[in-house]
Amino acid sequence: MTSQHREPLLGAYFGMGVFFGIVLTKGELVSWFRIEEALRFKGPYLYLVFASALAVAAPGFALLERRRVRSFAGEPIAIPPKVMGRGVRYVAGGALFGLGWGIVGACPGPLFALVGAGVGVMVVVCLAAVAGTWTYGYLRPRLPH
Amino acid sequence: MIEQLLHRPWPWYVTGPLVGLVAVSLLAIGNKQFGVSSNLRHLCAAFAPGSVPYFKYDWRHTGLWNLVFILGVVAGGFIGGVLLANPHPVAISAAAVTSLATLGIRDFSGLVPRELFNWQVLLTLRGFLMIVGGGFLIGFGTAYGGGCTSGHGITGLADLQLPSLIAVISFFAAGAAASVFLLPLLVPR
Repeated sequence: MTSQHREPLLGAYFGMGVFFGIVLTKGELVSWFRIEEALRFKGPYLYLVFASALAVAAPGFALLERRRVRSFAGEPIAIPPKVMGRGVRYVAGGALFGLGWGIVGACPGPLFALVGAGVGVMVVVCLAAVAGTWTYGYLRPRLPH
Repeated sequence: MIEQLLHRPWPWYVTGPLVGLVAVSLLAIGNKQFGVSSNLRHLCAAFAPGSVPYFKYDWRHTGLWNLVFILGVVAGGFIGGVLLANPHPVAISAAAVTSLATLGIRDFSGLVPRELFNWQVLLTLRGFLMIVGGGFLIGFGTAYGGGCTSGHGITGLADLQLPSLIAVISFFAAGAAASVFLLPLLVPR
């Protein structure tokens, strides 16, 4: 091992990514139809997915954090709290993301899964999203947070 | 028979818990927080940091695992969306079909409407604004808001973090508004 940090278990993260990509496509979370159905309040599917995901993740997180167990990689498990500050970033950033989400009908995870699913033009959405993040980084000192 | 079973879409009570399981597994494997939009920042840091302080960090240290994860998501999208593709249209509600038909959508087959997501659509002003403008807002908003549907919607909410609840309420409200008010203006016709 060199002095440079080397991430262990990269294969495991790739495997989890493959699994998540299959869940996103087979669960139709990548589907524009499903997202727009939910955002127009015409069906409960997406809300049921979120609720049942949280029903697994919340107790799972609590168990891992409270028991002070270590991860397979050996680090103590802890989720750093998000800094509230004045909260402007969560309202404004959330709203801008929501507008893009409603227009494209896909959030970041599904964007990448759709590229794999053969919707080629999603590459352009991904590149535009990278450009959006870059622009945020550039304007960051001048934005309220 | 088995072939048919593999191509069938998964119901919410399978999909949702598995999404939760992914978040819990990443934490258990290496204390990693499930959140996809961080990758947009890592891509900037890796390929075009410029002189922007926000992109001056060791992305290999903090982000390589996540970039590898998202590469897996692309591969998983191929498996679930091509190899195991559902031959039938996504079974959205009749009310949703009626509502989306008012946008001019005729073809309900596939995961996304072919009428909206093709290369030709980029040549129209509406289509360009939808694809490029929408993508830009996703990237800008998730970076500004510090997360997306996975980082805030799953990780943050499951960890009972108030900032995430605020972000989730905000992006659902804005998403609903965009679907109802902006989408009709941007759908190419």
